[in-house]
Amino acid sequence: MSIVTHQLGLEHGNGFRALHGLNLKLTAGERVAIIGPSGAGKTSLIRLLGSALRPTNGRLELLGENPWQQSAAGLRQLRTRIGTIHQAPPIPPRLRVITAILAGRLGRWPAWKGLLSLLYPVDIAGAQQALARLDLADRLFERCDRLSGGQLQRVGIARVLYQQPDLILADEPVSALDPILADAAIAQIVAEAEQRGATVLASLHAVDLALKWFPRVIGLRSGQLAFDLPAAEVSTDMLRDLYSSEGSIVPTQANDPALLHALTEPLPEITDPKVVRLDSCRGRG
Amino acid sequence: MSSGQLAAEPSDFVVRDPEARRRLGTTLIALVILWPLLQLAEFRPAVLFEAGNLKVMTGFLAGFFPPERGPEFLGLLFKATLETLAIATAGIALALLIAVPLAIIGTRALSISSIGPGPDRWRGNVVRVACRALLTVLRAIPEIVWALMFVRVLGLGPAAGVLALAITYGGMLGKVYTEILESTDTRPARALLQGGSGRITALVYGLIPNAAQELTSYTVYRWECAVRASVIMGFVGAGGLGQLMDQSMKMLNGGEASAILLMFLALVVLADALSSALRKALA
Repeated sequence: MSIVTHQLGLEHGNGFRALHGLNLKLTAGERVAIIGPSGAGKTSLIRLLGSALRPTNGRLELLGENPWQQSAAGLRQLRTRIGTIHQAPPIPPRLRVITAILAGRLGRWPAWKGLLSLLYPVDIAGAQQALARLDLADRLFERCDRLSGGQLQRVGIARVLYQQPDLILADEPVSALDPILADAAIAQIVAEAEQRGATVLASLHAVDLALKWFPRVIGLRSGQLAFDLPAAEVSTDMLRDLYSSEGSIVPTQANDPALLHALTEPLPEITDPKVVRLDSCRGRG
Repeated sequence: MSSGQLAAEPSDFVVRDPEARRRLGTTLIALVILWPLLQLAEFRPAVLFEAGNLKVMTGFLAGFFPPERGPEFLGLLFKATLETLAIATAGIALALLIAVPLAIIGTRALSISSIGPGPDRWRGNVVRVACRALLTVLRAIPEIVWALMFVRVLGLGPAAGVLALAITYGGMLGKVYTEILESTDTRPARALLQGGSGRITALVYGLIPNAAQELTSYTVYRWECAVRASVIMGFVGAGGLGQLMDQSMKMLNGGEASAILLMFLALVVLADALSSALRKALA
């Protein structure tokens, strides 16, 4: 089991319940997408599962261990096996791309290797390979402040690919990418996970991406599970219901206003929602 | 969409800045505290401009003119300047040995146990508080007191001055480094710590790239202060500009004193240039 939660909950200091009563099980190698309206608790869940936050209720097991019953050394060891792709890549602007990517293995390297790598990068080939998968190989020695938001987000993904974690957590990993690049980036994350048998849990804004790449989809609303189903069983009604707080507009990659408008209109009855959804949104594929 | 419901008519109610009352209160409290303090400090600027006092001041300043330009004195001045630079630089170098480790231990930006919060959190807090307390003690005692103490052990000479500078400035640098590291964007370092990275590597990969400029400019500024503080080295016979200044003042030689002050000015300008060059290089 990669992730097991039992009645997992998170309550903030001001009494706001960000998450409650979550029961989840993810087996090793599983790929799961989390969707839901903004404020549903997607980021909180990712942070709990990345051992960045301690749950206030319930139990949590990551990669077979309870992170909060570990010693400091044990917790650190566990954290090196979890890679988090943040929505806003936490990379200092003055860092060079190669340094930002190599930082992915700082948890596994002894400190001297990390320090040495600042004098001369210790694994140029490895960093280049990770970057090439995201179509940015030519930017290897540039400073991150010369990159666009979308390029920086891809550097953040490359860092986690380079880290080679057993559990990949992604918080809106492609929010700054256009549909074609977003698709390619998710494909790389999926390929990496399949190749090494890693588990992936990604929160996604675009429902079409979630349905296309993830065999299992979790709908989160107001901190609770709305549904937890194989992608093929997620129906349009469920999605409309999930996003009812946002006018039942199901967010997809299509930022074409005409298409968005079309989605607000009552949709015709669809037998296989997945097919239509993907077709209607991937006009430029 | 019925967006009309969201926007109320502007005349319906007037929106006030909710912070305004607090700002006014803070300003009033600051004034109420400041006034007695000024009284206590006998702050009466008008006295400066009374006729007799103006004359005293101009007389004092006139004695400084013209600055001494004799080759013999300039030779002394040059040698004393080099000594001062050596004392200040050695003092800052030793201060860094104190400040850097304490800043790394003391800064919350590199706290692993506060993520979560995790195990050993109270121990981390205790260590950080102890570290800050140590930094406070180091800088709370003026360098002149340390210098007088070390003179008793080491005898007259630059060594006592260098040590005194190292301790006080170690405390100041450590405190400000801690705070600079906390006030830059700490998310990169936090993300690295969350990925199992160690403290030192999280510092150099996550914090230093953002904070390098500020850390450098504060360090150079402290070096500049150390140059000025070397005046106290005159008391402990450490040589340098401080001792020269001490002699000139005792002999009431205003020309020499003003030449020394001009040298201080030149050193401050130098420090400024160094600081901006380094900042540019790190930009």
